[in-house]
Amino acid sequence: MKTIQFREAIAEAMSEEMRRDESIYLMGEEVAEYNGAYKASKGMLDEFGPKRVIDTPIAELGFAGIAIGSTMTGNRPIVEYMTFNFSLVGIDQIINNAAKIRQMSGGQFKCPIVFRGPTASAGQLAATHSQAFENWFANTPGLKVIVPSNPYDAKGLLKSAIRDDDPVIFMESEQMYGDKGEVPEGEYTLPIGVAEIKREGKDVTIVSFGKIIKEAYKAADQLEKEGISCEIIDLRTVRPMDRKAIVESVKKTNRLVVLEEAWPFGNVATEITYLVQSEAFDYLDAPVVKLNTADTPAPYSPVLLEEWLPNSNDVIKAVKKVMYK
Amino acid sequence: MQKITKEVYLKWYEDMLFWRKFEDKLAAVYIQQKVRGFLHLYNGQEAVLAGALHAMDLTKDKMITAYRNHVQPIGMGVDPKRVMAELYGKATGTSQGLGGSMHIFSKEHRFYGGHGIVGGQIPLGAGIAFGDKYHGSDAVTLCCFGDGAARQGSLHETFNLAMLWNLPVVFVCENNGYAMGTSVERTANHGEIWKLGLGYEMPSGPVDGMNPVKVAEAFDEAIQRARKGGGPTFLELKTYRYRGHSMSDAQKYRTKDEVEEYRKIDPITQVKDVILEKGYASEEDIKAIDKRVKERVSECEKFAEESPFPEKNVMYDAVYEQKDYPFIPHKL
Ligand SMILES: Cc1ncc(C[n+]2csc(CCOP(=O)(O)OP(=O)(O)O)c2C)c(N)n1
Ligand SMILES: [Mg+2]
Repeated sequence: MKTIQFREAIAEAMSEEMRRDESIYLMGEEVAEYNGAYKASKGMLDEFGPKRVIDTPIAELGFAGIAIGSTMTGNRPIVEYMTFNFSLVGIDQIINNAAKIRQMSGGQFKCPIVFRGPTASAGQLAATHSQAFENWFANTPGLKVIVPSNPYDAKGLLKSAIRDDDPVIFMESEQMYGDKGEVPEGEYTLPIGVAEIKREGKDVTIVSFGKIIKEAYKAADQLEKEGISCEIIDLRTVRPMDRKAIVESVKKTNRLVVLEEAWPFGNVATEITYLVQSEAFDYLDAPVVKLNTADTPAPYSPVLLEEWLPNSNDVIKAVKKVMYK
Repeated sequence: MQKITKEVYLKWYEDMLFWRKFEDKLAAVYIQQKVRGFLHLYNGQEAVLAGALHAMDLTKDKMITAYRNHVQPIGMGVDPKRVMAELYGKATGTSQGLGGSMHIFSKEHRFYGGHGIVGGQIPLGAGIAFGDKYHGSDAVTLCCFGDGAARQGSLHETFNLAMLWNLPVVFVCENNGYAMGTSVERTANHGEIWKLGLGYEMPSGPVDGMNPVKVAEAFDEAIQRARKGGGPTFLELKTYRYRGHSMSDAQKYRTKDEVEEYRKIDPITQVKDVILEKGYASEEDIKAIDKRVKERVSECEKFAEESPFPEKNVMYDAVYEQKDYPFIPHKL
């Protein structure tokens, strides 16, 4: 094993796949000469040259569409959005074209493309730069949505996403790029659609994904000292969702807290909550609690932002609530 | 347009120096982590604002821009203390601490933001002009954006609509050479952004954006045209930003020499040279202005420091006009 940063895991996954397959290219704002706005494509221009590591002007709609179009003549593009907030400028191409070309053409055209970049908040960046659209994309048939929380998962899943023959939304975080973790020296991939139990426990199941899962770890550490054992499931893939992993864990612990950094209305946690009440209703010893951001655009002020985000204290309270403690 | 007199030069000098020092202060307190998030500074581009303000009718004309937006509202009349407080995330800030660096707004002073999505404000600016025309006002809107934003589809759709509907808007591309680390040359096969207007038969042209006189003249023509019902104009202001894009930018995409070349034609120095040459003021007078500017900046800092943080309910109260909107609760 070796220890690398999250951003290096991303660069390694892309580079390894580009070495294997000439049809893959990386495109996006500042990905080439600047080595990525968050240095997630460091060294790639040097290795692959400007034909395959392509800086774009600020034109999210145009370059998304061009990348999608190129899948129709055999390319397998990776498109970086500097953040997924900016994908909204290009979302028409993703939802109306990438997600539907295969279906509309009766299976004639596949669309092997990855859209990747950071999601959710990253400090005091205010309303337009702090949004999580996992559920928007996951709501769309035709797309797959992956949100890893550590370098190992990121590398293995990004390689699978690039090899996948369907369009994949792959979401990272500015606040995770510096995180370090172990990855194997050699080649590996991880399956899309499979959650992982990050910590085994018996009293309460906590389901989460992406960088906010760290708040669950912190809470679980604290709760362990108080004699409460949490099982933490990292979804890793939001769509397709590993329904079995969630239901089985809840059948064991009988209690569920879902932690997701997103607005509360109709989010991924809502979907999980529906799933659990329909598949494990008789096993539940308490109503499910979901923890999300406030039901407002992200505020700038540090005192408000702290209030807006869910944190480990909220997780502790939620766990105690479902345990009637 | 008002004649460019001694008083105008002295005002330009003091205003531009104040904007520069105000932002230098922001950079300093950013390092102390009192201001956080992104911080995009206008250092180097001040002549564009000074010249524009001179040509505008500040009793009615309007302005909208992107996130590099701390000093424009000050120029339009907003109390700089409140701008500084906004960056501190304080309750006394222009948006009660909700917006921060990228989102300064002032309805009172007709400054329409403060926008973070590149190109997103371009149609808004034309929309403000649409509203003015609709209501029979002869106000003109200055719709500002960067060279990077000129590559967004929103610009092209808006140019066409603004011409089709003959809107009273001046499109202002502040070409500071770079969009983050991407030079203008690397974003298109053509070099002159102002020529984009020609395809829509919009009056268009380049302007020396380091010289407030040149800027004021160009804006005057464009604003008068719009005011008289002559429709949009597109101006490309050739300017430069001295600092990095935001606060974490190693600036490997340009040389120190290039920055120095532009400092030689610094707008504040240009204005100061004219003042001294023409004897509009003595070195002593200039020193007095410099001192006053420093004190005013310190007052802003003090005000921001001493202001309280917002109450938590502000986060909710600001979202809807409806007073009793039923938000989904999120804390247990
Ligand atoms: C739609 C969108 N894409 C990308 C970004 C990230 N971004 C912020 S500023 C910027 C560069 C803009 O350059 P320019 O328009 O020249 O304005 P300047 O910063 O030079 O004032 C980029 C790419 C964004 N905020 N919005
Ligand atoms: Mg620029």
